[in-house]
Amino acid sequence: MNDALRLNAETVARARAAANAIADDIQQHIEEHTTDTTERATLRLLGIAGVNEIDVPLVNVVVEQARDLLPGGITRPFVDLMLRTGRTALEVAAGVAAGELRLEPVPAERREAAEVRGRKLARDGVARIDAVRRRRNELVTEVGEPVKPYVYVIVATGNIYEDAAQAKAAARAGADVIAVIRTTAQSLLDYVPYGETTEGFGGTYATQENFRLMRAALDEVGAELGRYIRLCNYASGLCMPEIATMGALERLDMMLNDSMYGIIFRNINMQRTFVDQYLSRLINARAGIIINTGEDNYLTTADAFEKGYTVVSSDFINEAFALRANLEPWQIGLGHAFEIDPSKPDQVVYQIADAQLIRQLFPGYPLKYMPPTKYMPGDIFQGHIIDGMFNFTGIFTGQEIMLLGMLTEALHTPLLQDRYLSIKNAKYVFESCRDLAAEVTFRPGGMIEQRANDQLEKATKQLEHVRHIGLFKALEDGEFADVKRDPRGGRGFEGVFKVGADYFNPFFGALLEGRMSGAPAGPATVEGSSNDGGEQRC
Amino acid sequence: MLVHPYGDTRDDGVIQFSFTLPVSYSVKAADVGKQFLEKLGFHSVAVAECKAIDPEYTLYVAYGRTDIGIDPDEVKGDYLEVDEMDYYAINALIKAKLGRKLRVVGAAVESDAHTVGIDAIMNMKGFAGDYGLERYPEMDALNMGSQIPCAQLLRTALDRDADAILVSQIVTQKNIHVQHLTQLVELLEAEGVRERFVLVVGGPRINNAFAKELGYDAGFGPRTTPLEVASFLAQEVARRSADV
Repeated sequence: MNDALRLNAETVARARAAANAIADDIQQHIEEHTTDTTERATLRLLGIAGVNEIDVPLVNVVVEQARDLLPGGITRPFVDLMLRTGRTALEVAAGVAAGELRLEPVPAERREAAEVRGRKLARDGVARIDAVRRRRNELVTEVGEPVKPYVYVIVATGNIYEDAAQAKAAARAGADVIAVIRTTAQSLLDYVPYGETTEGFGGTYATQENFRLMRAALDEVGAELGRYIRLCNYASGLCMPEIATMGALERLDMMLNDSMYGIIFRNINMQRTFVDQYLSRLINARAGIIINTGEDNYLTTADAFEKGYTVVSSDFINEAFALRANLEPWQIGLGHAFEIDPSKPDQVVYQIADAQLIRQLFPGYPLKYMPPTKYMPGDIFQGHIIDGMFNFTGIFTGQEIMLLGMLTEALHTPLLQDRYLSIKNAKYVFESCRDLAAEVTFRPGGMIEQRANDQLEKATKQLEHVRHIGLFKALEDGEFADVKRDPRGGRGFEGVFKVGADYFNPFFGALLEGRMSGAPAGPATVEGSSNDGGEQRC
Repeated sequence: MLVHPYGDTRDDGVIQFSFTLPVSYSVKAADVGKQFLEKLGFHSVAVAECKAIDPEYTLYVAYGRTDIGIDPDEVKGDYLEVDEMDYYAINALIKAKLGRKLRVVGAAVESDAHTVGIDAIMNMKGFAGDYGLERYPEMDALNMGSQIPCAQLLRTALDRDADAILVSQIVTQKNIHVQHLTQLVELLEAEGVRERFVLVVGGPRINNAFAKELGYDAGFGPRTTPLEVASFLAQEVARRSADV
């Protein structure tokens, strides 16, 4: 189905070339800067967790104390302090928090020792990530791999224990991926909260303990169902690489991890976000985590019919950044969405064109397809049908990660039954149309092919324009989602540091060397082996 | 005059239900759902579907009849009835009555990251073919976007000498939107500038009576169009300027 539409190959090549040039330009900026959260993530990779007596994470305390040293990286002075005191990383962090230890610049004669030890610790830290990845591979082999597309649903109660109960119910109904929506505004916290949490607003805090609790629940239900259930969270906001670290250690399987989402939709400073996305993605790459990008959001502000091509160009940019961060194609879940106004004649025809275009542009990538949200009505019956057309478009165009729409999308966080009905809707459509795409061809030069080539052409022109003016300027001009951002404005700019010639962070090297490759594989789960209630009904 | 739900025959009182009970499916599950609806006062209950959606939960789809009716004339409340004008009439009204642009500032405040509501009302494009406030030549409209602290919204409104402030609250859980909306009113009152602005709130959980209770001048619920908001703002600001 990958050549189902005749696309202009030359235009595709031009688009990729432009996206690569755009990313190379920003990669230069990334290499010249670090951020406070990048350094905090580094400390987390050294094994530091926990908070001080007023609930400030130790990594924040340490980095704040050493703010002046950040252009050289936190690792050298920190490891130097470990060597001088003979204490572990956690003990040193606790000592700094207690005010009994201070990070100091490292004199020339102690540098090499600190760097040698730092490299060793970095390898140890990365080995912990590798062990978690190996465990996932074993479990998938043992338990079983769902048939694609993955059925992806969210839970968002605010209480991790209630989330876990709802997630298990969703898995039993057929969900393959559970995303725990974060509490409103966590993306704007410049620290990661600690411990289990039972209160949130519109979602649940992403904490390492909550990750662990949900992981355990999903492993339990996965074993029961004979299907490995994937866990998804958000490595986004002001603490991208820190959350990636926590996810890598607690065996998350997917992360929302976009190179530009925070800039556009959370007004996080762009200079910071580009630096943060790099380390976060290196970690996700190492951990065997599938990232999801957030292009669907563009279409909640800009019009999906008129500006659909911005999703295509942004997917090319996200691809380019992801490949530069060592992610393999199977890990890059580029995003797009079903957001054209349902009252538009031939809406589904255009959605098929857009979805098929992206499918063909990114072969081998597990595309994440987002359901309708903007035009979902309060009439849940109508909404359920619109979701059905979304499911149809998804299976027909070979999308691999289907974030299911809920009939109550416009109303509230999903009720238990909403998730169930939504999964039933999707399973019905997927199974009833599974082989349809292989049976039909698109009319050459027809509406779908024309729309696809038109979108591709517009995206390519936009990418070439962005390459010409630079990505910073493009974001300033509102090229994506009609949102304009100031390169020196937004949140977290004060946490961006130009690195000195002596910048030292051994994790960048350690994360790249000797990586594991390939997706986990396991026996395919037989459809219907889970409890679908078929026998148990009145 | 009393009216009753209309299913298939006038005044038959038929209502459709779907709900989940945290009970395991068993042979008596259908009766559990039926008797539950009967306890609520419905009769002729028919359980169309009851099935295990999980080992611990049972989903019901059911129908029941009620004899209770309602007289629409008895329903009274504080409704906002906007005298809706068209785009040209609104601009003309502002020009005639104010002789300057009507200045409006809008935002989704505090933790709310969702701009879909404020965008639909304010952005140039508007919603479903109905232009947003930015498009009105006689309005100077600024959409500040999402997650704007109340203090920043107020500062901007003062700096621009705004006539009106529009606040959107989309996502809520445990009533956090009430907290945010109250916070803004308290801030305006503390600064002694509450009366300077026409203060309007919109969102899926908002209605006019509730908005007034919180200290707003008007509240717009779901399905509000830019024309309704623009008509209200033009008329209200014109009325206030005539009072001065």
